[in-house]
Amino acid sequence: MDLFNKPNAKLPKIKKDAHVDAQIPDGLFLACPYCGAQLYSKQLGEHRVCPTCGYGFRLQAYERVHLMTTAFEEWDADLTLETTDFPGYAEKLSRAKSQTKLKESVLTGQAVIENETVALGIMDSYFMMGSLGTVTGEKITRLFEKATTQQLPVILFTASGGARMQEGINSLMQMAKVSAAVAAHQEAGLPYFVVLTDPTTGGVTASFAMQGDVTLAEPHALVGFAGKRVIEQTIHEKVPKDFQRAETVLENGFIDAVVQRKELPKVLAQLVKFHQPQGGR
Amino acid sequence: MVSLFRRELTPVQIVKRAREDRFMAREIISGVFTDFFELHGDRYAGDDKSVIGGLANLNGEPVTVIVIDKGSDINDKLAKRNGSPEPYGYRKAIRLMKQAAKFGRPIITFINTPGAFPGKTAEDQGQGEAIAQSILESLKLPVPMIAIVYGEGGSGGALALATADQVWMFQNSTYSVLSPEGFASILWKDAKRHDEAAAVMGLTPNDLLDNHVIEYIIPESRSHSRVFSLIRAKLTEEIQTLANMPTDKLIAQRRARFRKF
Repeated sequence: MDLFNKPNAKLPKIKKDAHVDAQIPDGLFLACPYCGAQLYSKQLGEHRVCPTCGYGFRLQAYERVHLMTTAFEEWDADLTLETTDFPGYAEKLSRAKSQTKLKESVLTGQAVIENETVALGIMDSYFMMGSLGTVTGEKITRLFEKATTQQLPVILFTASGGARMQEGINSLMQMAKVSAAVAAHQEAGLPYFVVLTDPTTGGVTASFAMQGDVTLAEPHALVGFAGKRVIEQTIHEKVPKDFQRAETVLENGFIDAVVQRKELPKVLAQLVKFHQPQGGR
Repeated sequence: MVSLFRRELTPVQIVKRAREDRFMAREIISGVFTDFFELHGDRYAGDDKSVIGGLANLNGEPVTVIVIDKGSDINDKLAKRNGSPEPYGYRKAIRLMKQAAKFGRPIITFINTPGAFPGKTAEDQGQGEAIAQSILESLKLPVPMIAIVYGEGGSGGALALATADQVWMFQNSTYSVLSPEGFASILWKDAKRHDEAAAVMGLTPNDLLDNHVIEYIIPESRSHSRVFSLIRAKLTEEIQTLANMPTDKLIAQRRARFRKF
């Protein structure tokens, strides 16, 4: 009989609702996925940042366009390519499309950030977890190619769960395809700035997210290659709370700076200015 | 298709074969090349035993050889994490690739890995960054590079050494975005459906040849020396062709190889 020793009831894990429309319902309380603070949604403000810990809630691509740029012209908006007919894939894609109003897990185009013109890519974790499909890879590749032709810096906000399983080996090949375009952009002497946002993992981390000239991250963003579960199963121990968080990755030497979301446009514009060719353009 | 008298194996059978220790790194190195001289370390963090690299002669011509090895006995396998490199393994490979570029030596990689090691230290030391840079550096190399998958070609950990001018596979090897177990667990939340996954993933050499992911399938034989002399002959021939190309064309062609996906 353990009248007084009730086993600790495990607190239910707070799950983020994958359904985008229900993500931040008006007038509701929600918990910060990082620090757990109970917040009234309006407290997050326009930038959707936790007032307690500074964690930036996951944004949809167009929300980020609105927050970061003063002008945006989309490239390759209607790009479609033949992909695999993996069972259930087509339905999953069309569901993601209708949920996010996006056509793929990345939005690309030319943008103005605090008066600086850049080629901009924004990955959207609400679209099939930002997974790297063929069209995603193609749009990012074209972003770099066009930026190279037009002599523009590239700014890429990464957010991805990794490879898109349904596309199999073609998903893996996107890592090489984008990297080749990054190489050409580099060789043209143009700068590439990465902003790692929550979460950036898997094949995206193992390719273009870690190839920038300057690498920024949003506070507490999850940045890593292998998933936490796989690692814990492999090494048979729990990983610490801040494992794979931006601040830890900064300390380990793989990020240049962790920047608050509302500071990002200013910081990015300044970085672009630092990299303008001498004599101005 | 490879041999007239051999029955075609199912993907599940190929996955099983690919994981058997049929060919070991040292055996391949001494079978295909001569005068191997091993080079150790990434110059920063240590020497990853799962990535064997060094200098060798291919038909009298110097080349750089980089091999991911699973290890032969239990202690060797433990030390090599069954062929899962740490970041400093990939950084050792990058160092050797850059060295080869400096001296104009062709690079040949042999790959047998379930994937990059998923460990805490590996993450802390930048596993993603190491793979990302290995891919980026290989795509800039001014020398011919040929990658050969001789067992498992698992995910980004394999791709890190496979962004080459040509990719070949042993007849009983696999190359895939993830292991069938991982694939089934992600897509169907059930790792036990790995056989089903193997069947639909298109990870066999024949599937990959059809999709132009690879250029050539190396037929296997019970006589390993026959396999090695075939590889030697084929490597010599292809490297000759690649080495005759102007550097900018060679690099452009390597990048175009991936542009089509």
